[in-house]
Amino acid sequence: MRYAMAIDTKKCVGCSDCVVACQTENNVPIGYARDWISETVVGIYPDLDLEIRSERCNHCINAPCVRTCPTGASHITEGGIIKVTPFECIGCGACIEACPYDARFFHPKGYVEKCTFCEHRVKNGQSTACASVCPTHCIYFGNIDDPNSEIAKIIAKRKYKVLAQEAGTKPQIFYLI
Amino acid sequence: MREELITSGRMNPNIDPVLHIWHWQIPVYLFLGGLAAGLLFFAAYYTITGKEKKFQTAVKYAPIIAPIAIMLGLIALLLDLRHPAYFWQLYTTIRLESPMSWGAWILLLIMPVSIVWIASYIKEIFPKFDTEHNFIGKILKFIIEKKDTEEEVNWDWKIKFLKIFEKYTIEKRKALAWIMIVLSVILGVYTGILLSAFNARPLWNTSILGPLFLTSGLSTAAATIMLMTKDHRERMIFSRIDLLLIVIELFLITHLFMGFLAGSQAKIEAANLFLGGEFTVTFWVNVIILGLIIPAILEALELLKFKIPVILPVALILWGGIMFRFIMTEAGQITRFLY
Ligand code: SF4
Repeated sequence: MRYAMAIDTKKCVGCSDCVVACQTENNVPIGYARDWISETVVGIYPDLDLEIRSERCNHCINAPCVRTCPTGASHITEGGIIKVTPFECIGCGACIEACPYDARFFHPKGYVEKCTFCEHRVKNGQSTACASVCPTHCIYFGNIDDPNSEIAKIIAKRKYKVLAQEAGTKPQIFYLI
Repeated sequence: MREELITSGRMNPNIDPVLHIWHWQIPVYLFLGGLAAGLLFFAAYYTITGKEKKFQTAVKYAPIIAPIAIMLGLIALLLDLRHPAYFWQLYTTIRLESPMSWGAWILLLIMPVSIVWIASYIKEIFPKFDTEHNFIGKILKFIIEKKDTEEEVNWDWKIKFLKIFEKYTIEKRKALAWIMIVLSVILGVYTGILLSAFNARPLWNTSILGPLFLTSGLSTAAATIMLMTKDHRERMIFSRIDLLLIVIELFLITHLFMGFLAGSQAKIEAANLFLGGEFTVTFWVNVIILGLIIPAILEALELLKFKIPVILPVALILWGGIMFRFIMTEAGQITRFLY
């Protein structure tokens, strides 16, 4: 089983509902965020091409953050979810340096925090907070190893890309383009 | 035109607009680690080759700095931790893929080795001891006693165990040197690998960084020995060694940039930080000119029998060494993959 996410850049409007939902659901300390919206603008006015993406930890298969962690606090759990155990984390910052997506940050208490794919919800059969609230339904979440899941189907059908593929991390957030 | 914006969510000053997680602690730690590695390397090397007598400072006196540098380096590392109360978690596992883990373990191993090394020479380093009039002497009175002899060493241990231990370390010095040379090379290379293991930062992610930092560490150590030694011949030899190390360093740095410029867009942009970008002046002035070229010229002049005050090249080399690590740490965090 492997959890993955597909985000439709054609449908995302950048409303930030996913950001707020995550902050609320996961008690993210004020001023921090586990997911964020970024926009890429290419071209010269009036020929502009705009892409809006909701970004977060890519739960990489070849996760450099897990590799560089000196204590094993950063680890891979069931379904390929990358998590941090706070009481094993010494706050050295190696994983933050290692992540090509800058998806990690120091919690004010000192340990490293990041997206958990809402493991507590997913375990109970729910979807992640961000996917549940998205008003344009542009976030698909599920088990990509199951060919009948929504995400496996949409990935099979649509053209997609991943971010910084050349970093070799095998990211598991797919952006539909 | 291509523009990337983060419009909402991540407003974290440690991450945006550029990553700024590692501050002064890491370069200081890398510098001290490299220095200690170099000092212990030279001590071990001249012991293994049986030249202890010729290189008294390198073998006997300079290593005293090593455990102090390692200690201070570890303190710097500790200050870098944001969750320091849990630092002991470092020593609950060994993670071969993590350079941080390697570093923590190597320092833990090399620390006692370097102390034992100094202990084996303690009587030669401090042959005369006054247990009556100075403060440290009074404290040490519990374990050492003064002897009324005309011999060179005027004291001995009171505790039998210490006597046996000292004798043992002196006998086993060669074996110790072999352990030390291996550990010191690992430590020296490691200071570069700590950075080069990060694929996400294109400036760091090059395998040249290991040998480059090792060479730089050896060079700072050679400079320190030059400053400490009173033996003119030893100084000249280390001056020559240092000159060679500087040439190697310049060669490796050229290679570094050639590799970058022949690489992907992210690598080219990393190199451009130093070739016209915001670190150009800082890097070329502090590291290349002040830290490498001028000391190389001074050392060459000295070999040609000109009188050069030794403090000059030494201070410049140490300055170049520390600036190099500061700049690499700082600049590396700016470089990233674009998407
Ligand atoms: S996106 Fe970053 S934090 Fe997430 S698994 Fe990949 S490297 Fe680790």
